[in-house]
Amino acid sequence: MKRTIAIAALASAALTLTGCELAPKQSAQYGHRGTGMDQVTLKKVAMAKDDVPAPPYDPPSNDGPRAGAAYQNVQVLGDVSEEQFTYTMAAITAWVSPEQGCNYCHNPENMASDEKYTKVAARKMLQMTRNINSKWNKHVASTGVTCWTCHRGNAIPANYWALPEAGKNGIIGNRHGQNNPVPASAYSSLPEASLALYLTGDPKTDRSIRVVSDTLHPTKANELSIKETEPQYALMNHLSTSLGVNCTFCHNAQAFKPWNISTPKRATAWYGLRMVRDINGQYISSLKDVFPAHRKGPMGDPFKVSCATCHQGKNKPMGGYKMAKDYPALWGTPMAPLATPAAAPAAPAAPAAPIAAAVSTATH
Amino acid sequence: MATYQNIFTQVQLRGEPEAGIALPPGSEPRIGKGSFNHLMGLIGHAQIGPVYLGWTGVFALIFGFFAIEIIGLNMLASVGWNPIQFVRMLPWLSLEPPGPEYGFTPFVPLAKGGWWIMAGFFLTTSIILWWVRTYTRARALGMGTHVAWAFASAIWLYLVLGFIRPFFMGSWAESVPFGIFPHLDWTAAFSIRYGNLFYNPFHAFSIAFLYGSTLLFAMHGATILAVGRYGGEREIEQITDRGTASERAALFWRWTMGFNATMESIHRWAWWFAVLTTLTGGIGILLTGTVVDNWYLWAQQHGYAPMYPDTGVIDPATLGSAGQ
Repeated sequence: MKRTIAIAALASAALTLTGCELAPKQSAQYGHRGTGMDQVTLKKVAMAKDDVPAPPYDPPSNDGPRAGAAYQNVQVLGDVSEEQFTYTMAAITAWVSPEQGCNYCHNPENMASDEKYTKVAARKMLQMTRNINSKWNKHVASTGVTCWTCHRGNAIPANYWALPEAGKNGIIGNRHGQNNPVPASAYSSLPEASLALYLTGDPKTDRSIRVVSDTLHPTKANELSIKETEPQYALMNHLSTSLGVNCTFCHNAQAFKPWNISTPKRATAWYGLRMVRDINGQYISSLKDVFPAHRKGPMGDPFKVSCATCHQGKNKPMGGYKMAKDYPALWGTPMAPLATPAAAPAAPAAPAAPIAAAVSTATH
Repeated sequence: MATYQNIFTQVQLRGEPEAGIALPPGSEPRIGKGSFNHLMGLIGHAQIGPVYLGWTGVFALIFGFFAIEIIGLNMLASVGWNPIQFVRMLPWLSLEPPGPEYGFTPFVPLAKGGWWIMAGFFLTTSIILWWVRTYTRARALGMGTHVAWAFASAIWLYLVLGFIRPFFMGSWAESVPFGIFPHLDWTAAFSIRYGNLFYNPFHAFSIAFLYGSTLLFAMHGATILAVGRYGGEREIEQITDRGTASERAALFWRWTMGFNATMESIHRWAWWFAVLTTLTGGIGILLTGTVVDNWYLWAQQHGYAPMYPDTGVIDPATLGSAGQ
């Protein structure tokens, strides 16, 4: 009896220690043997199929009159066929505003009007999407992105960030922007606003992500303190959490810095970080005067993207499903970001910018 | 047989508390008369007190109290004086050192790290006074000062981390926050910034001595407990006698590994391993950033880091503008 109890106690102790996660797992090796460069994933997570909406109907041909000629005020998608344009609009509605419908961006009385800020923002986002699909193939490859990649049926993508409020004075209620278990720092005690230090896309303020010295001995070239290294560590935690992988997906943990022992995925991530800067700097920040206050962060800047915005816990968004292939209109030649005027205010203003001029043409 | 397989001390003495020897002239009186506690007797000696605090002990406690108060109240303030949040968030909470903009000046606004400097000063004062106490009490008892020097080795590592290295680096931002998770994140950031601390040979020494300490402690503790049935824990006049606990313990190791420590030398081994853990650790920390900025490169230069096959990945920053 005593022996039985002892065996049962030992067995349950062993189960308590090892049985934290009993679900079946799969593992994959990404680097040289003995370096621990492998990823262990729960099978149900690895195999999970993402919910990707089917095209609204069979993709139409790209022949026939151009959308730019058929409709007024089509500034980005004017180069595709009218049929293709309507098809793309239907898809975008399902991706971004499935409940609100067309009227989330359009005035139903006058579809060409830019009076709703959402339409001005959507135009900028279409330019951004074409820019990503045509220029950032070193990150998105031939998979590309659609509005769904980020939006997933929400008018505002679930994962965004904005510049943090200026630090408090004094010590009361002041955690100095860290020491708080929130998702932005992967629940660590690291700084929470690391994205704002590296990924605004403003070359004047974005810090270099590289913290390790090129030289064996200390030089003036790198005087970064440990305290200044912590946000970089937080940023790397953000990447790892957003992609559902650990450090060794990209790095050989022997040394994080050298590229010649890193995996090719690190280069993909490098382009991804530059792409995020490009998106935030060129496309999102220029919408500062377009978005209303409730669509901006505490410092009055628009909600920005991070790795999590698209990836949402997968090392390839939606498990790498090639969704964008069904939407040729999203691949067209990128256009230089237009100078974006403020969304037309409720009261009609004097037409000043070309867009406003186009509105008045359309209304008459 | 099972009589000797004990978790707790089996024998507890009761009687007039032992006051100890008469103190030399100029000593202060001991506090209390001494009392007995059964629970303490299970894990150690049942007699509690009398205590010799002395002025070093009194001031060490006062300064230590100040340090803990500053750290604790700063943490409590950081959650808006909310005691529930203080308990919930305690592992994340921290008293942070000054940022790099303040260099190594002692004059930093309190909320920007001044409290950290003050807490560090009080804690250091307290620890050093406590060290003096371990030294003078050992001397008063006619003992050697081994405990004091072992403690000094730990103080060395503590001072290197929080004061000596920040002094040489010219920045408080190099030093460790007071906090549970924050000091662990600091440790990881330290290793990231300086190219993998595992290639720091003094860090390697420190780990070897740390693990060696645990191994020696396990071997010694197990040996003495194993000869407990022969009174091995009493170690009185056994060394030269045939069949004693001491001889059996020595024979066990000589038969299993051909060599044995002696009743004296095992303690010398343990003492050096423990002392060298923090001594070499402190040297390794002090060399980081002051002499060596990237330990991986150092280890490569000295044939110490294994070379893995080249993956052929090239730094994209050297390949022209991004995404074009």
